[in-house]
Amino acid sequence: MSESKKAKLRDFHQAHWDEPVIFELSTRGARGILVHEAEEEIKAEVGDGISSIPEHLRRKEPPALPELFQAQVLRHYLHLSQATLGADLNIEIGQGTCTIKYSPKINERFATSSKVTELHPFQAEGTVQGALEILYKTDLFLREISGLSRFIFQPGGGSHGLFAIASMIRAYHELRGESNKRDEIITTIFSHPSNAAAAAVKGFKVITLYPDKDGYPDIDALKEAVSDRTAGLMITNPEDHGLFNSKIAEFTRIVHEAGGLCSYDQANANGILGMTRALEGGFDFCFFNLHKTFSSPHGCGGPAVGAVGVRKEFEQFLPVPLVDFDGERYFLNYDIKHSIGKVRMFYGVLPVVVRAYAWIMSLGEEGLKEVARVAVLNNNYLMRNISKIRGATIPYDAPGKHRLEQVRYSWEKLTKDTNVTTEDVQRRMCDFGMHYWTSHHPWIIPEPFTLEPTESYSKDELDEYVAALRKVSEEAYTDPQKVKNAPYNSCIHKIDPSLLDDPEKWAITWRSYLKKHRKDINA
Amino acid sequence: MHKVGLIVNPIAGMGGKVGLKGTDGPEIVTLARQLGATAEAPFRALQALLELEILKDSIEIITCPEAMGENVAKKCGFKVAIIGTAKEETSADDTRQAASEMMKLQIELLLFAGGDGTARDIYSSIKDAIPVIGIPAGVKMHSSVFAINPKRAGELAFLYLTGKVKEIKEAEVMDIDEELFRKGIVSAKLYGYLKVPFERRCVQNIKTATTPSEKYEQEAIAADIVESMERNYIYIVGPGTTTRQIMQLLGLDYSLLGVDVVKDGKLIAKDVSEKQLLEIVDDKHSKLIVTPIGGQGYILGRGNQQLSPRIIKKIGKDNIIVISTKSKLHSLKGAPLLVDSDDDEVNKMLAGYIKVITGYKEYAVYPVSF
Repeated sequence: MSESKKAKLRDFHQAHWDEPVIFELSTRGARGILVHEAEEEIKAEVGDGISSIPEHLRRKEPPALPELFQAQVLRHYLHLSQATLGADLNIEIGQGTCTIKYSPKINERFATSSKVTELHPFQAEGTVQGALEILYKTDLFLREISGLSRFIFQPGGGSHGLFAIASMIRAYHELRGESNKRDEIITTIFSHPSNAAAAAVKGFKVITLYPDKDGYPDIDALKEAVSDRTAGLMITNPEDHGLFNSKIAEFTRIVHEAGGLCSYDQANANGILGMTRALEGGFDFCFFNLHKTFSSPHGCGGPAVGAVGVRKEFEQFLPVPLVDFDGERYFLNYDIKHSIGKVRMFYGVLPVVVRAYAWIMSLGEEGLKEVARVAVLNNNYLMRNISKIRGATIPYDAPGKHRLEQVRYSWEKLTKDTNVTTEDVQRRMCDFGMHYWTSHHPWIIPEPFTLEPTESYSKDELDEYVAALRKVSEEAYTDPQKVKNAPYNSCIHKIDPSLLDDPEKWAITWRSYLKKHRKDINA
Repeated sequence: MHKVGLIVNPIAGMGGKVGLKGTDGPEIVTLARQLGATAEAPFRALQALLELEILKDSIEIITCPEAMGENVAKKCGFKVAIIGTAKEETSADDTRQAASEMMKLQIELLLFAGGDGTARDIYSSIKDAIPVIGIPAGVKMHSSVFAINPKRAGELAFLYLTGKVKEIKEAEVMDIDEELFRKGIVSAKLYGYLKVPFERRCVQNIKTATTPSEKYEQEAIAADIVESMERNYIYIVGPGTTTRQIMQLLGLDYSLLGVDVVKDGKLIAKDVSEKQLLEIVDDKHSKLIVTPIGGQGYILGRGNQQLSPRIIKKIGKDNIIVISTKSKLHSLKGAPLLVDSDDDEVNKMLAGYIKVITGYKEYAVYPVSF
């Protein structure tokens, strides 16, 4: 299993347009389209179109929108697109835990078809039977994949899904009159931090377990943590370092015996698709991010779907409406006894579900299992080659020990030897046209980086990524300043992160930018 | 022009290489030399200074003669101002005096190369007046004022002087008794806190929040503690900056390095001795609040010896509340919290798992060992 020697690094250079913010490109009076005056016939019918809007709802001043010609708008956004390293542009294995895989473009055609885009959520059920059928059948697929009995698609992302689950855990204990006493949720430090966050938002106290010396959640610590105050366990498996906790059924048993419920964060299920199921792991709830494992693109932080599933006895708490089928027609079912209500408008982000449905249909059962097998194989190949790079280490590694779909690596040795940190490596990787991400906080593993190759990349492509990492390591040992001053070929060089921490300076809208930085200019 | 102080303790670290466990006192230095030790600290200071070379024209280094800083600063080509006179053999006194004088000259930052002893000497002169960065060069380095390596110390100084790092945190100055240590007994004392620049590692990723500042974490912990305090209970508050926040939230006077006692929101005793504490402790209604001291994760027996085995036994494990910021817990890199109480029974009683308060309504179940 040796890495190909062919791997050649690219002489990459990104476009640098010094592109202004779109507001700065505005010219008063510029228009993309000049709309014709309404014809006399229409005027006679609707009047001037404005006076029918109630007086108090009419703007006195036009909104302060940028004014541009069409070509300028197009050029502006093309320039910006050239300044990114998007998933379709590079060997996108650098953002572990996010399962950035190749999403077939045919599925995009389905999602952007007018049959999807022209639907309105207030349409009568009888006119959207096809859309409801897709929602219903995707639910059936996920039931099969997880073993649980019902899924909903309302949550707009993974953390939102966790929020729905935390709400159901609370509703369950409330129904039993125990919600005052059962106020603790247990999680682990390598579970996604949104598990702790969702629990905290629902008013639970959060108890975090740390790994044992082999990197697995410490089962003795769990035994110490459970009590008659335990409301539930919210845990990921495999955790963010890619180790599968084979004692997971023991974990859920301990929590159930203490009277708590168990939630399985399967945001990323890429390494176990068709291999293990939430039901057999003893879980009451789980969720899948359709925008990770199920190949819907992430968008720019959304819109997405965190599909939440429950065991039979918890269906009574699900958010409404559920999509049901009476044998002839699909309909929206609002009759859920102890529903937590709504967690989001309507029924879910339909285009995301359509892409996932198409992806599952195109692969079938055997295809889904093949996804997991290839993702795991790719990951272990990558891991063994990274272990040969000077300065890179694999915490919790042992001879013959494999990982599932991702690994959290460490540059601790590199930093000790050369003072080059994981953020320096991140910037230097941009020079090879590669996206590289450090890791979620907290950095329990020092100088971390998490890579997840998914099933989408070939051996040669993985070799190219490894070759870039090896090059950066070599540079760190021979010319550390070169790495520390990187990037050279990226569109933006160094950002001063202290600005992000200064409320006097940060500006996330044009208006606040003007207020804080351009006080002299009138908006 | 930035005024930067530099103190190199030229003998720091010499005892370590030849197995002497420290270099405190002139006899040990002589012995170390006889055993073939050479000065390491100037070389380490040089490594740190090289990171500042780019700022050469905008820095004036205020330093001591020859081996105590002048040599390395000149080697790097810095503009150098010397205080004090050259001596054959330098001592702790020279460090203390130089630090005081530098404070008067209003330096912006003090870089020093040494170990725990040097940190102590500097602390005794400047307290919290000036930020410092420790270039690790000593045998004993229990204090948390040192950077992980000399280059990193230099880099941090660069970031601080160029305004890229603005945050300051308080770092423990600890030292152990070398005499006892040579006999195999570790007796660590917390001397105080020096101010050090602190770089928060910011990650530009929308999914990752910036780590909260240490002060914010301490405030969150204090809020949790104060909210759950019960009437008629005696709360014994151990030393440390994390526990200090509880006293500040309660609006009470406190001793940073000592043990204070609170009951029903009132301070009933400040900076108590073990003997006083023994009289105060009520075995049914007393709770003890401790936090790990220093980088090694000791919750008892290092830096808080007032909390003796007798007292711990009287209070009982169930009434011990451990608090720690997450950053402190994570800096242990998976190693357990430690107790070193001179009493096997107490060590065994506390070993196992303990619930640690890490934030407001946030806890960890964490292993304790001895």
